[in-house]
Amino acid sequence: MSQATLRVQKISGHAGTVPGEDTQREFTVCKLVDTTTCIGCKACEVACVEWNDMPFSQTTFDNTYQTMPDTRWNYWNLILFNEHEREDGTLQWLMRKHQCMHCAEPGCLEACPADGAIVQYTNGVVDFQQDHCIGCGYCVTGCPFNIPKFNSVTKRMYKCSLCTDRVSQGLEPACIKSCPTGCLHFGTKDDMKFLAEKRAKQLRDHYGFDNAGVYDPPGVGGTGVIYVLHDATKPELYGGLPSNPTIPLAVKFWKHPLKWLGNLALVGGLVGLFAHYLRFGPKAREESDLAPKEGD
Amino acid sequence: MTNGWVDMKNTDMMLIMGGNPAENHPCGFKWPVEAKRTRNAKMIVVDPRFTRTAAVADMFCQIRAGSDIAFLGGLIHYAIENNRIAKDYLVHYTNAGFIVEKDFKLPDVDGLFSGFDSEKQTYNRASWNYQGAGGKSPAPPEAKPGAPPPLPPLPGTVDFDPTLQNPNCVFQLLKKQYSRYTPEMVERITGIPKEQFLKAADLYTSVRKDGDMKKVSTIIYAVGWTHHSFGTQIIRTAAIVQLLLGNVGRAGGGVNALRGHSNIQGATDMAGLFDSLPGYLKVPTPADASFADWMKRITPTSSKPAAWDSFNYYSNTPKFAVSLLKALYGDAATKQNGWAFDYLPKVDRNYSWVQMWDDMYRGTLKGMLAFGMNGVAIGPNSKKNIDALKKADFLVVGEIYPNETSDFWRAPGTSTDEMKQIQTTVYNLPCAGFAEKDGSMTNSARWVLWKNTAVPTPGDARLDHAILAQIFLKVRELYKKEGGKFPDPILNLTWNYSYPSSPPLAEVLKEINGKALADLEDPATKQQIKAGQQVPGFAWLKDDGTTLCGNWIYSGAFTEAGNQSARRDPSDPSGMGVHPAWGWSWPANRRVLYNRASCDLDGKPWDPSRKQVWWSEATQKWVGNDVPDFKADSKPKDHMGPFIMNPEGVGRIFGPLAAFADGPFPEFYEPTESPIDNPLHPQQTHNPVVKRFKTPDDKYSTPKDGYTVVCTTYRMTEHYHYWTKNNPMNVQLIPEPFIEIPAELANDIGVHGGENIKVSSIRGEYIAKAMVTKRIKPMMIDGKKVYQIGFQIHQGFRGITEDEGKDARTLANTLTPTVFDPNAFTPEFKGFLVKVEKA
Repeated sequence: MSQATLRVQKISGHAGTVPGEDTQREFTVCKLVDTTTCIGCKACEVACVEWNDMPFSQTTFDNTYQTMPDTRWNYWNLILFNEHEREDGTLQWLMRKHQCMHCAEPGCLEACPADGAIVQYTNGVVDFQQDHCIGCGYCVTGCPFNIPKFNSVTKRMYKCSLCTDRVSQGLEPACIKSCPTGCLHFGTKDDMKFLAEKRAKQLRDHYGFDNAGVYDPPGVGGTGVIYVLHDATKPELYGGLPSNPTIPLAVKFWKHPLKWLGNLALVGGLVGLFAHYLRFGPKAREESDLAPKEGD
Repeated sequence: MTNGWVDMKNTDMMLIMGGNPAENHPCGFKWPVEAKRTRNAKMIVVDPRFTRTAAVADMFCQIRAGSDIAFLGGLIHYAIENNRIAKDYLVHYTNAGFIVEKDFKLPDVDGLFSGFDSEKQTYNRASWNYQGAGGKSPAPPEAKPGAPPPLPPLPGTVDFDPTLQNPNCVFQLLKKQYSRYTPEMVERITGIPKEQFLKAADLYTSVRKDGDMKKVSTIIYAVGWTHHSFGTQIIRTAAIVQLLLGNVGRAGGGVNALRGHSNIQGATDMAGLFDSLPGYLKVPTPADASFADWMKRITPTSSKPAAWDSFNYYSNTPKFAVSLLKALYGDAATKQNGWAFDYLPKVDRNYSWVQMWDDMYRGTLKGMLAFGMNGVAIGPNSKKNIDALKKADFLVVGEIYPNETSDFWRAPGTSTDEMKQIQTTVYNLPCAGFAEKDGSMTNSARWVLWKNTAVPTPGDARLDHAILAQIFLKVRELYKKEGGKFPDPILNLTWNYSYPSSPPLAEVLKEINGKALADLEDPATKQQIKAGQQVPGFAWLKDDGTTLCGNWIYSGAFTEAGNQSARRDPSDPSGMGVHPAWGWSWPANRRVLYNRASCDLDGKPWDPSRKQVWWSEATQKWVGNDVPDFKADSKPKDHMGPFIMNPEGVGRIFGPLAAFADGPFPEFYEPTESPIDNPLHPQQTHNPVVKRFKTPDDKYSTPKDGYTVVCTTYRMTEHYHYWTKNNPMNVQLIPEPFIEIPAELANDIGVHGGENIKVSSIRGEYIAKAMVTKRIKPMMIDGKKVYQIGFQIHQGFRGITEDEGKDARTLANTLTPTVFDPNAFTPEFKGFLVKVEKA
């Protein structure tokens, strides 16, 4: 991000230490989605498809205003529509912009075995590098939000890049730019948290949403996309937003203890092989090995 | 709009009804959201369905389509009963205290106002008048032989009761009129439970709690109100609510129509209607024998209490009319020939949309130029319109895509043999898309905004107005060569453009703005303008032939200072969303109409934190952040009314004489097709002046024939009318039409979401997938369980999926009836009866 280049290095007419000297001040970027002012207009969907130059795909009406059931490899940003009847009989039509959450501790990256296929930039953006992707799909198991999608033609995985091409030039992501109601915001994580908490308080104080709050789940170290929800105690209502997302245990074990166990097993195997060689020498070829077998 | 899009951010309370701005005006909807975010404003949404707008509202009421007047009438009743009214505003800024003629009768007994002629289905509106001072009322002018008896004029001085106690004053009549609209009655008619209605009424009128005048509430509507056989009266009821609460003229208030397209406002301003000339001057009729006759009929004289003053701005009508005729006919318009009045067509009857298609159906209208609209799809009763085109001699379609009108001959269900019978010659002319032309567009807020050409027209496509210009030039050539019955209006029409075959639109806007034809001087300021210079505004227009002006309300849009509509200075010094140098708004770059009413009698703003205009003692003038909509030097003590366009100078709670065809107060009538008899007066269920059509294609559904489900139509965010079905992005978002039905109804007919259902009215059927939803609930209407459904209008038989052969279907408007509002002539697209079956 452009702000990252504004680290103070020297200060004119200044004696003593430079504030922030020797510290790495990186801004973490963040999208704020205020679901309480989302009108489900899908401008963000269109902006995403157009900016990222994605090919169109076929859709079918499925008893909902929602464009398609889930995001696709060529459709990274989807408004989820959910009808919810409250206890008092009143209806809510909840609309949530669904996309990669850009977790601070990304499960996809944890799970990925391919060197350099998934990176996390210093500004927090988690990005897929299709050139290095082997299409194994392990990132899917690592993601608690079901985001990475497979393209069966290119055999690669795809997802929202948080418009790294725009963001690296100091611009906001395409979805943010297109939002007509101002329900989408973009900035540093601290600023977005501040805005989100302020809005949640307004909803509690003036609009009778006693449980209004901010969704920034700690289980994945916080996210680069945060939501203001009418009812933060029930994120599941918004198209299955997990209330406490974590990186699956299997991924954690695989990449940490199991990986070392695996390495140990591998190294142990090699050591055993070498010891075996020292002890027994090379394997002698038996005559029968060379004889043609029946049916060859 | 009285106000504007950006101004909505100033509001404290919104009633959104008859419109779905989040769906259909998502960009403008940022301002209602802004009001919520920055002012803690509340939003009430009343709609037949729980819409995208309802999704962000603070309160939602599901209303039966077409019962809006009952809801709003109930709101008037509630406000009066609970004293949630703006007393000073009401007495001094409205006609609440005016005394009405003794012969005037409310429709409380039989559903009819006084003067109904049941044979002609019209009202004699003579009794719908104010009483003259001292009980003396003016006599009507002498009747011409053979013509219907003319109406009396408004009395110059009216009887007036500032205490509002006189039983025949407007306020007492209003109170009586709506005393029948109790919360119980509202529930019976609208289906909104009484408790819920009371909650909504309490919330909306809470801005006037304890006599407070600081807060402001706004009413926002769109075609959900106009698409009825009483649409104008719904909007009238809203206007009455806003006058009663003192919300008109104020920042964050008003009655705000959201126009459906980017330039619909401009189209109406420029006389896109058969009964008006540019700037809403009323068209001449055959009864107007001369220019003087015409002016006498359409120029009002003031009508007010003796002690008050009235600006009566329309007393300037002759200046606007003469300047228009000078713009049209130049030197051929002289004082001697009544400014070429004879050249103007005289409109002898109704030529509105529905009537036009009826004429074609009957064979009296032989051909049509259809530019920028999909006629058979957009009007009601598509089959009738398609049948009408089959009888026409020719059809010229100017479009960027082939559409259902250009291809009417291959509507689903037309056999090859039938196609061979159709003799209509169709000419398809490739026209220009919006990005391929420059010119101005006028938005809902009356802001005239210039745009530049972004890309050239592709291939053989030409600019729409260039095609029309070339047709005109050819016609003129023929008249020159061959003469004809009356060639003068064609031969003398001014056409002084640098490229006659494609007039540069900036030159057209300059002509619309108007210019001086002689040196002129303003007697008050001694300011001078030279002959040939653009006039700075309509105050300069003259009735002596020394100015020309194509549309008086646009005067000021293109002055000697340049094209004002092209200005793009975003600054907003007051912070109130005025943006005085962004484009230009009519009239006179004024952003909020009637803004004198934002001040109390002494000229001080009702709310000092939202100062729009005010009386400056120092300069003895009205000044402000907005352009004062008032006579600049009229002292508050002179008591000039703030509604300067009305001869009364005040807001009309009672609409006298010829103002409306169907009543000086709005009365609730059932839609033409309704599931019940009118609970207010079962003997008079429908709007008495609404006429039905009688061709074989005009049939009307009734519950007796099994049509019991109330149906409404609408537009989606994802599509733009019948156009975007040619764009893969939009098709991806909404690939096919669907019909929204309540879960309970789906259960009754055994249908799941995504399965096909057939909706039929007596005129035809429409098959599409069902969207089974909780967002429409079954309703209890007058004790009967009634279902309500709705569907979008966008699809048809030309488009991406249609052309792929996957999806061609009848048009949504195959189902809607041919019947229209008697004041604005808008068809009744909403609230008709259907059957719903599994397909």
